[in-house]
Amino acid sequence: MADQFDLECRDVVKKFDAFTAVDSISIAIPKGSFFSILGPSGCGKTTLLRMLAGFQAPTSGDILINGSSVLGVPPNRRPVNMVFQHLALFPMMNVAENVAYGLKRRGVDRSTIEKKVNDTLARVGLPDSGPKQISQLSGGQKQRIAIARCLVLEPAVLLLDEPLGALDLKLREHMKVELKQLQNEIGTTFVYITHDQSEALVMSDQVAVMNAGRFEQVGAPQDLYYSPQTAFVAGFVGESNRWKGTVGKTQGDQIVINLPTGGSVVASRVVHPELSEGQTVDVFVRPEAIAIDGQGKTDNAIGAKVENVLFNGAASSVQVRDSATGHEMTVALPQTGAFANLKAGDTVNLTWAAEQTRCFAKSEKQGAAA
Amino acid sequence: MTTSTGKAGAMRVGALLLAMPLLLWLFLLVILPHVDLLLVSLRERISYGKYEFSLINYIEFFVEPLYWNTYVRTAVMSLMATVLTLMIGFPVSYYIAKVMRGKGKNVLFLLCLIPFWVSELVRTFGWMILLRESGVISNFLQWAGIADGPIEMLYNDATIMVGLVYTSMLFMVVPLVSVLDSLDDSLIEAGYDLGGNAFTVTRDIVIPHAMPGIASGCIVVFMLTLGNYLTPNLLGGKDSLWFTEQIYTQFITRFNWESGSAFGFLLLVLSSLIVWIGLKLSRQTLSETVS
Repeated sequence: MADQFDLECRDVVKKFDAFTAVDSISIAIPKGSFFSILGPSGCGKTTLLRMLAGFQAPTSGDILINGSSVLGVPPNRRPVNMVFQHLALFPMMNVAENVAYGLKRRGVDRSTIEKKVNDTLARVGLPDSGPKQISQLSGGQKQRIAIARCLVLEPAVLLLDEPLGALDLKLREHMKVELKQLQNEIGTTFVYITHDQSEALVMSDQVAVMNAGRFEQVGAPQDLYYSPQTAFVAGFVGESNRWKGTVGKTQGDQIVINLPTGGSVVASRVVHPELSEGQTVDVFVRPEAIAIDGQGKTDNAIGAKVENVLFNGAASSVQVRDSATGHEMTVALPQTGAFANLKAGDTVNLTWAAEQTRCFAKSEKQGAAA
Repeated sequence: MTTSTGKAGAMRVGALLLAMPLLLWLFLLVILPHVDLLLVSLRERISYGKYEFSLINYIEFFVEPLYWNTYVRTAVMSLMATVLTLMIGFPVSYYIAKVMRGKGKNVLFLLCLIPFWVSELVRTFGWMILLRESGVISNFLQWAGIADGPIEMLYNDATIMVGLVYTSMLFMVVPLVSVLDSLDDSLIEAGYDLGGNAFTVTRDIVIPHAMPGIASGCIVVFMLTLGNYLTPNLLGGKDSLWFTEQIYTQFITRFNWESGSAFGFLLLVLSSLIVWIGLKLSRQTLSETVS
């Protein structure tokens, strides 16, 4: 079984003095998959990646690559390579020398190096850029060279440390698609860390959401989005309207959550069998789950006043204020253009199904993270 | 049209005024003395107050082996001192810039600087107190029973070298620390990640990056060493045979300004030539090195 996983972590812990950066993380990343670690800055994801690369040693636990432990193996002997946040291309060498660097260190002969470098440059779509200086490349080209420099070594796992962070928005969108395609073609396992949920959701087969040194949830992007298991995941992945409330009476298969401001939200007993009366919970509803003047399920129905229209093409939304409780909410506008002439001051009826309400019992830790 | 040219003219006058202190300094303290030096070196005293154009001073330099030997010896020793300073200064600078973090970094840097708060003369006397026959080290060796009698450690080439390297260290460490500070840590990590070891990463990444700092440190150290008078004189004694001592002798002892000027000019030619060769060999330009 072990050889199905390129990379495995077993109870990896990293402590800096009293601070625990990475707290008993265990994962097994299947061969050939695109695995993302998503988390806010300071959550320990970079520390985890640096332990995989070998720049830091775990305080306890084990890291296995290709089924064998790499503890104590220095970075230059590990079959993993890393694409750095700012790419770290060598400015003192040209493109071909950058790509050839790793092969030279392995003592590969000159003609093989030349052939492999040319092949790899062609594979990332920059076949003639070998003699160019690094400063002559555009942001996207540098990106590809940084990846080519690692891929030419045929690593078991490619580690990527937020490499898209420095690019402008348009290019970043483009590179997301390109990276995913590239990973599909070459089939190398990618471990990608980012704080940008859209990067993680678009590219990955599996995403681990990390917070305060722990994995909150590991799953396919769809799982994280549609069935978050913790308040942190619900709040971090995608947009959410958020309330604090107390679990009230159960009526049939519906649970009433009482809000401190006097209103209430209805959740589904089927989705939340675990809730008991009197519990304090965080309540999340996605902006796109709420219908404006709609006909769908009306388990929850609110009259609200439009405060702001945030037009952003397909991702347009409105900010509204609940007329009864004064809560501010964000509601996604349907892309049909049906509400194109909605404006501030209008009154709308908001409805959503009980199944769309997500509740998470409050614990100390989640409260702190939020 | 007239207003714009007037404006440009005013700008030019302004720029000239701003550059004035620099131009005056260059002219009065650099160009004028050197022109005079050149003129004095090219004349021969016939009798009291009577001079003639002549190359005799330069010819004298080339036919007299003592001058010629001192000249070459000074150049070789200076080069050796520069290389030694680089070899010691580079790891020190690397440690300060890349290994140390936070407060310790500043403390170490300050430690390099502190000896330079006292004058070169005092520092050199410090070495003499340590190294002379009746000095600290000699006494310690006798006390410890390692030596039978007093040992004289002054007045040899090794001691001169120690003094020169010590005197020059700061001027090597400062440019090196600043250039190594500017090297992104991730470049070094990438070097290791792609299979490099300490040696290849240093050779392929750290040194090429540090080259402008290495060149500027070496130029400064070489020029300071070549023109040093105190250290070779005090630590090397009468046999130190440093070229600046020859110049001093010509000017002060022999009162032969013509010959002294010629020697001064030859020293300038020597340092310019060696710096130029060094820049060519390291493929650096002077402007890159200074920036």
